[in-house]
Amino acid sequence: MLHNKRLILAHFWLAFGGFGFALLLGEWQMYIRSPLHAWIGDPELYYRSVTAHGTTMAYVFPTLVAMAFGYAVAEASLGRPLIGRRWAWVGLALVAIGTVTAIVPVSLGVDSVLYTFYPPMVGNPLYYIGLVLVVVGSWVWVVLMSVNLYMWKRANKGVPVPLAMFATVAGSLLWGWTAVGAALELLFQIIPSALGLTNTIDAGLSRVLFSWTLHAIVYFWLMPAYIAYYTIIPRAIGGRLFSDPMARLSFAMFLVVAMPIGVHHLFADPEVGAGFKFLHSVFTALVALPTLLTVFTICASVEIAARLRGGRGVFGWMKVLPWQNPMMLALAFSFVMLGFGGAGGLINMSYQLNASIHNTQWVTGHFHLIFGGAIVIMYFAIAYDIWPHLTGRALNSYRLMRIQLWIWFVGMMVLTIPWHFVGILGMPRRMAFYDYTNPALASQADSVIMSVLGGAILVVSGAIFLTVLVRGHRALRVEPGEYRFSVAVHQPRTMPAALNGLGLWFGLMLALTIVNYGFPIAHLMSLPSTSVPVIHIDAAR
Amino acid sequence: MTLPPAGKNSAEHVAAGAERRWATVSLVILLLLVVMAAIAGAHQAIMPQAKVETVDPRSLHISGEFTEGNLGSALQPDGSVMVRAIGQQYSFTPQCILVPKDTPVTIRATSADVVHGFLIENSNVNLMLVPGYISTASTRFSRTANLTMPCHEFCGVGHEGMWGRIQVIDKAAFLKLAANQRRLSCVAQ
Repeated sequence: MLHNKRLILAHFWLAFGGFGFALLLGEWQMYIRSPLHAWIGDPELYYRSVTAHGTTMAYVFPTLVAMAFGYAVAEASLGRPLIGRRWAWVGLALVAIGTVTAIVPVSLGVDSVLYTFYPPMVGNPLYYIGLVLVVVGSWVWVVLMSVNLYMWKRANKGVPVPLAMFATVAGSLLWGWTAVGAALELLFQIIPSALGLTNTIDAGLSRVLFSWTLHAIVYFWLMPAYIAYYTIIPRAIGGRLFSDPMARLSFAMFLVVAMPIGVHHLFADPEVGAGFKFLHSVFTALVALPTLLTVFTICASVEIAARLRGGRGVFGWMKVLPWQNPMMLALAFSFVMLGFGGAGGLINMSYQLNASIHNTQWVTGHFHLIFGGAIVIMYFAIAYDIWPHLTGRALNSYRLMRIQLWIWFVGMMVLTIPWHFVGILGMPRRMAFYDYTNPALASQADSVIMSVLGGAILVVSGAIFLTVLVRGHRALRVEPGEYRFSVAVHQPRTMPAALNGLGLWFGLMLALTIVNYGFPIAHLMSLPSTSVPVIHIDAAR
Repeated sequence: MTLPPAGKNSAEHVAAGAERRWATVSLVILLLLVVMAAIAGAHQAIMPQAKVETVDPRSLHISGEFTEGNLGSALQPDGSVMVRAIGQQYSFTPQCILVPKDTPVTIRATSADVVHGFLIENSNVNLMLVPGYISTASTRFSRTANLTMPCHEFCGVGHEGMWGRIQVIDKAAFLKLAANQRRLSCVAQ
């Protein structure tokens, strides 16, 4: 059972509140730069909004969801109250204070640098300091996850660690280490510049450090969704998990190979040579493997559920699946979006194909489909599943949940497919204005309008989601019982040490980081005179 | 009722076999993709720049290959064309790049201030311009055309106005112009 309900609810509400706010900004941005709206007048407002939208959606929202879900998994799967409850509140306070510290200067327009920073442009230091606080707050969670696992293992020698906890700790370690790249960039490069302590900065080095964080952060966002695939969905639809060790292997692989591959974001950059670009491209291919394994295991688990319900035939079993169950629906939508998004990802992975879409609207379309689509729809599913255990009240507006999930799926498709398409046509991303009267851009106008419509559909879905959760706080009291996780067909009684802890995999991740990032970073640091003058954007206004 | 025998035909064994087959198929797919990328690279279809080159943005205008008189398109002794360009808030120099059709073109570009993007519509030219570093690309245009060349990386509040152009003209016309001028561009047109 869940002991620290208020702690977990506080994380979730801060996460979903931020999500609702940033969702509105996102749709405003889509509209303002579409043919439906004239020249904005002050383009800085647009970049201000993009900074707030990106910061909230990429850093604050998924981090808080991972923390909330992590605390819930720790208590429910290990079957004991969280160790370090006070520290958890401190972590949450740091994230909340950091968010406010960062968002206030952004709102005032002194930090319109976008959430990917882009030195040598540098804004007001408060934005960066706020983000560091958010990361430090999340690191409290990272430590607590490992501490809780360690204490449980000490008390339960020889018993396999519950899969949900194994995966959660993998996700926390991935985040702990991958955040180091951006932390180094902020602490040693950007914040000293923003405070006026230095007046030059190596923009190439900062891009390499940021890429260290930029790719694996996506896998950190993804972890709660994958944990839900393996440990919630099979239970929720009345099936069994096909294989427990295979699931562990997938999470271990994510930990090792998701991290040191970020240079594929720098394929078009001049500060990394061809050799390391190729190396990172190969590792990027490798990270598709745990996803392919996951697709297999989850589809097999779903088939088990169908066969238990009397499903027959090679494909006929799909008909008997519990499609009325929001969890089933969320999984199906998530997989469809993961399929499209994953295929797009394989295109981005190849240097040759990337050249035609790098930094175009294709990329924005791609990560909105993967994160906003495949991953966030599973965040919804997690919230729906866990809510009664947190509120002690029924969450039974199933019809509304189904409608919400359908609308999110349709909205995301209508948003992202035209977005990918204009990217292929060469439309650059992140502009406050496009001159659709230019013959070269005229053909993109209709697609952009479709995307605006898709965004509006998503806003409606987001509003329904929040409504369902609020109603959950006012519903009838119920006794939800234990919060349980899926059981495997062959529930393991023993587990090899390599798959019962994360030490080996964490070590491999560190080693691979040194191999894949050590040389590019050392090389850039050894190059003379690559530091260029800092350009303060807050001074100009 | 007897239990199914453990070993070769047990459910656990069947499940593990299915997993292994799927893992093998997945690995083969990924290996195939990597090999395809390697072959495409080896045949120079399109390759990232081999090495890292640096340049000081503070002295671009004073010395070196990016001085103002050296920017634009130059016919090389081997018949190829070298284009040198810089990006700065919020324009390119030259703002319109002139190149001949069916000719190998090498682009060398950098930034004078912040990070910019350099994308030529309907082509594989897609570079980041990072101050302090020189970006290079090789390409060839097979049709005469007027193409857009937007900056595709956020470079400040004027980012949305940073659109260059590129004009691809007949080779003969280009050679004629090159006979009279050392560096060509289409800014005046």
